[in-house]
Amino acid sequence: MGMKILVLMKQVANKDAILRINKDSTWIEEADLSFEVSESDGYALEEALRIKEKVGGEVVVVSMGPARAKSVIKDALARGADRAIHVLGDNVVHLSPFAAASVLADAIREESADLVMTGLQSDDYGYAQTGVILAELMGLPHATIVIEVDASGEQLRVKRELESGWYQWYTMPKPALLTIQSGISQIRYATLKGIMAAKKKEIKEVTPSAEIVSKPSHQRIEKIYLPQKSKQTQFLGGGDAKKGAVELAEKLRNEARVI
Amino acid sequence: MSILVFIEHKSGTLNKTSLEAIAAAQKLAADFGQQVSAVVLGSSSLAQEIAAYDLEKVISAESDQLADYTPDAYAAGLEQVVRNANPQFVIMSHTYLARDFAPKVAARFGKGLIGDCIRMSVDGGKATFTRRIFLGKLDADVVSEGEPPTFVTFQSGSFRGDQAVKGSGAAVEAMQVEVGEVRMKPEAPFQEAKQAVDLSKADIIVAVGRGIKSKDNLALAEKLAEALGGDLAASRPICDAEWLPIDRQIGSSGQTVAPKLYVAIGISGAIQHLVGMKNSQTIVAINKDPEAPIFDIADYGIVGDLFEAVPVLTEEIKKLKG
Repeated sequence: MGMKILVLMKQVANKDAILRINKDSTWIEEADLSFEVSESDGYALEEALRIKEKVGGEVVVVSMGPARAKSVIKDALARGADRAIHVLGDNVVHLSPFAAASVLADAIREESADLVMTGLQSDDYGYAQTGVILAELMGLPHATIVIEVDASGEQLRVKRELESGWYQWYTMPKPALLTIQSGISQIRYATLKGIMAAKKKEIKEVTPSAEIVSKPSHQRIEKIYLPQKSKQTQFLGGGDAKKGAVELAEKLRNEARVI
Repeated sequence: MSILVFIEHKSGTLNKTSLEAIAAAQKLAADFGQQVSAVVLGSSSLAQEIAAYDLEKVISAESDQLADYTPDAYAAGLEQVVRNANPQFVIMSHTYLARDFAPKVAARFGKGLIGDCIRMSVDGGKATFTRRIFLGKLDADVVSEGEPPTFVTFQSGSFRGDQAVKGSGAAVEAMQVEVGEVRMKPEAPFQEAKQAVDLSKADIIVAVGRGIKSKDNLALAEKLAEALGGDLAASRPICDAEWLPIDRQIGSSGQTVAPKLYVAIGISGAIQHLVGMKNSQTIVAINKDPEAPIFDIADYGIVGDLFEAVPVLTEEIKKLKG
């Protein structure tokens, strides 16, 4: 039998990168920036590979982005994905969640996957809704913030994280779409053998429909900026961490009076 | 036009963040000279309770299939209420439940949500919503374009629930909704084995994040916690890596705390962490990245290497307490 699993993975700015805002204050300066896969998408891939190891089938990685997104695709292939679809476009990362989901639906519909998986939200725009909208557009049932998947039966059984330490199991028919929470399992490293094997794997490039991409969005970013501070922080040590620590102990004792 | 606010509940018990959504909706309504209606899915008793707020009316959407939350049933219910009420804005709290089904409703109107907002402003008849991007490192001002309704969700704590204005008793309007097929079957919600550690009562918390780099380095933070007489806690990545058990996790998926002193070591301050600790009395942050969002809410900050600062801080505190 086996399952065909599609994993949607987005390339985002490296988590530790110092972000600079562009001249128009609409996005960050991307020159000299390093990129990586959005954290929860990495966990979605890991979970997909584990399901495939249990029930057999195929894992197809799908990434939407400019040419640089190839590095995310190659890494996923090296970890064990079987083939890839690259939805290629220079500005597709800036699509609204609805437009992004529309483009992705076009790109993957004819794959007729048993399961579509992605991270619960991206580490850049953080919309946290592209997956759910995609499920709606494809007519699939979905579950979000999933932390355990049992794909062994006729139906899927998934454990969802609720707030404040609560959980809930849901059962649903396949095909379905799941958004995966970070930490669902330990992510494997790519092996040298995997990296070599990845070179022979297929990467299909598709171009998003101009009609969807050029449609006016219902939400537009006017500007981005550094957050306004809600508190006036006293910075201590002036760049000298040890000196800062000495000053801090004194402040905690005499000013904040918490020790 | 009007403003519709979504009221969330678990088996008829109000989710208190919905009061924040009422406060947000009332603010928006005042700015636009409009009125607010509330919608409750599947609990007529809660609809009565919500009628105590200053609202035009409370719509109590009813169907046997709304007894338990499922995204299919809730999306069908809310979609019908929105089509019927035809509001300019639909306001919700950005809870895990809203995240699970609200995008599905918005998609049926050919759009997404303006989600997880922390502020709004209205100027010249135009609303601007502010949301955090890049894990809280930057803010984005977002405007809605095109036809209503505009779906907006607000992060917990963006408005104060106690500022939701009470009224003289709003009319409750029952509305039967057609749900159709529900594909997901929920089991009862549950909590994992009782939490061994209750950090909500701690006076002093020392919390570590990704910046601590390895499990072995936790000893540094443990020593500081010991010197302060506090408890050790962590941000999500540390618990995901199993360096500390999950009952030490602070944030939206862990515990919410408000100690007298919160020392954040190597924690950048993603929104999910901040919501769990931002009400702490005194917040200290030690981080090498001067732009880390944790500094937005810190009273004292050290920009620099935690491996230099923490051992010195521990020794200094021992001296002061000695």
